[in-house]
Amino acid sequence: MSVLVNKDTRVVVSGITGGTGTFHTRQCIEYGTNIVAGVTPGKGGLLFDEKVPVFNTIAESVSKEGANACVIYVPPPFAADAIIEAIDAEIPLIICITEGIPVNDMAVVKSRLMQKGCKSRLIGPNCPGIITPGECKIGIMPGYIHTPGNVGVVSRSGTLTYEAVWQLTCLGYGQSTVIGIGGDPINGTSHLDAVKMFAEDPATDAIVMIGEIGGDGEQIAAQWLKENCKKPVAAFIAGRTAPKGRRMGHAGAIVSGKSGGAEDKIKALLDAGCAVAETPSVIGETLLKHWGKM
Amino acid sequence: MNIHEYQAKELFKEFGIAIPNGVAVKSENEFDSAIASLNGDLIVVKSQIHAGGRGKGTFVDGFQGGVKLASKAEAAGIAKKMLGNTLVTKQTGPAGRQVGTVYFTEASDIAKEYYLSLLIDRSTGKVAIIASTAGGMDIEKVAEETPEQIMKMIVDADIGLQPFQVRKLGFFLGFGAKELMKQWTAIIKGLYKLFWTKDCSMVEVNPLILTEDNRILALDAKVSFDDNALFRHPEILELRDPHEEDPKEIEASKFGLNYIALDGNIACMVNGAGLAMSTMDIIKHFGGNPANFLDVGGGANEEAITQAFNILLKDKNVKGILVNIFGGIMRCDVIAAGVIAAVKNVGLTLPLVVRLEGTNVEIGRKMLAESGIKLTTADSLADAAEKIVKIVAEENK
Repeated sequence: MSVLVNKDTRVVVSGITGGTGTFHTRQCIEYGTNIVAGVTPGKGGLLFDEKVPVFNTIAESVSKEGANACVIYVPPPFAADAIIEAIDAEIPLIICITEGIPVNDMAVVKSRLMQKGCKSRLIGPNCPGIITPGECKIGIMPGYIHTPGNVGVVSRSGTLTYEAVWQLTCLGYGQSTVIGIGGDPINGTSHLDAVKMFAEDPATDAIVMIGEIGGDGEQIAAQWLKENCKKPVAAFIAGRTAPKGRRMGHAGAIVSGKSGGAEDKIKALLDAGCAVAETPSVIGETLLKHWGKM
Repeated sequence: MNIHEYQAKELFKEFGIAIPNGVAVKSENEFDSAIASLNGDLIVVKSQIHAGGRGKGTFVDGFQGGVKLASKAEAAGIAKKMLGNTLVTKQTGPAGRQVGTVYFTEASDIAKEYYLSLLIDRSTGKVAIIASTAGGMDIEKVAEETPEQIMKMIVDADIGLQPFQVRKLGFFLGFGAKELMKQWTAIIKGLYKLFWTKDCSMVEVNPLILTEDNRILALDAKVSFDDNALFRHPEILELRDPHEEDPKEIEASKFGLNYIALDGNIACMVNGAGLAMSTMDIIKHFGGNPANFLDVGGGANEEAITQAFNILLKDKNVKGILVNIFGGIMRCDVIAAGVIAAVKNVGLTLPLVVRLEGTNVEIGRKMLAESGIKLTTADSLADAAEKIVKIVAEENK
């Protein structure tokens, strides 16, 4: 068991013939992900690597190949349109890897996602993707650092997630599912959404939550965890030493005035009974100690 | 991306938002004609820098105040003291910023001051308008002490700013009289349109004023833009003032590197923003001080790493370098080759600690060890941070 994706997930790749799309699609196929279709407008009818059919629209990939997840590698100016096309095709799970989408475009996407009757969940944008180790990898994360297991991981950052996952794997603890929710100010899936899914998932016994400066998603998740979750949670917040008012790489990683600082997030997490790792080097260790495994 | 007040005011004008008349000037020769073109006896002389707190700032030569009220006769003399001078405010840091433009505006008789801003509300993913009857103040302080003086209005991207929202805000601010509501409507509609069509990340008017003769004017203007949307606004990109940015940051952005200068002495080079921030944090945790934030991106190759070293070394405070790469898709042997080539190319002499993890890490470490380059390898991020902090501390005893 896992959340959101498993061996039965049927993936369509939007932007499959672009450089990034091509490279990562091959990596995902090699990992064992069930890639059933690709989409590049104007290239419908092609066969990607002689096996994956390419369509002009996402809707066709749903009707002809039964795609139920869509990963998007489309460049920033066109990415919001690709997400809305996937929402329109009623794809249940959309994962947008693209970094650099204008915030206003995401505001429009978000209002579509919030509409009554919307059948889609968006993960990202500006994220590494989602993986259920051993079953399904959708995105750009290196597959081999993961191992199947019972720790759910959610994070706003890419390589920092790899760092945490690798620590868990090296300590002998695998992951149920790893979700990268992305580093943008407006995203589809929040920390709260992810921890709720992990809390309910019978295959997840412990949770790692990685946050960073900017916004208050971590505090909202912490509040929910405090009231609703019995599973052990370890957290890490990046950006304790970041200067105010500067965007630290991620569009959403900014301390503005009094809001979004790391210390407030850490305080909320500790207050909710989570263990908070002092440094990124001890995320795995912090979880195991809190969980009573070490 | 940030712009100057005078540039923001020009945009305000374009969008029908009332402002006091003003002229921006970059050279002394134009002072007199600029001042003569304005109405009234009193002029406000405003230093143009991308930082707040200008009014209470001090120039490095001791001259007080980056924003001054003056008679027409005095205005040019004051402007002369500002232009080319360096202004230090609570937001500039001790180095201050050099004033390249002076903005002259007509002085206004202020009856009341208000606060107004538009930004993206992250929790709803929509545009938020923040309005307050406490103008000219620190809005966060107002929010803490007298929250009843603030109204927050959320605008849905799909339908835009609605007339009832304009009225609700207008009545809250006390613009209920017909003539005032008309002016208010033009201002708030113009600001929303500006925010949305130009992809702003923030528009702030502090203060918005009501004059003694019942005109509503934007007395100050602070506008910043979403960097991700600049590709569709060449007209906004033209407003960029390179003097306001760290040249190292501009250089880095040309190579797709994300660099932010800080004031420590341990430079760091990392792939991924979250890991880069964490690397800064862990340097501090072990008692060191990071000199920068630098994210070389997921697909860092030899050229990017060479450029990154070049940029790090332009910072003369740097006494040591920590390279922290988690090779995911990018293999560690490729990264090691990049580090070796880059170190040779730039002739690095400073202490260097390299932490590699990920695909082909053993090959990468072996390459570094056999390269003949003077460097220290580390097994974990903690190990790397501890080592560089110790080395830098010892060398600078």
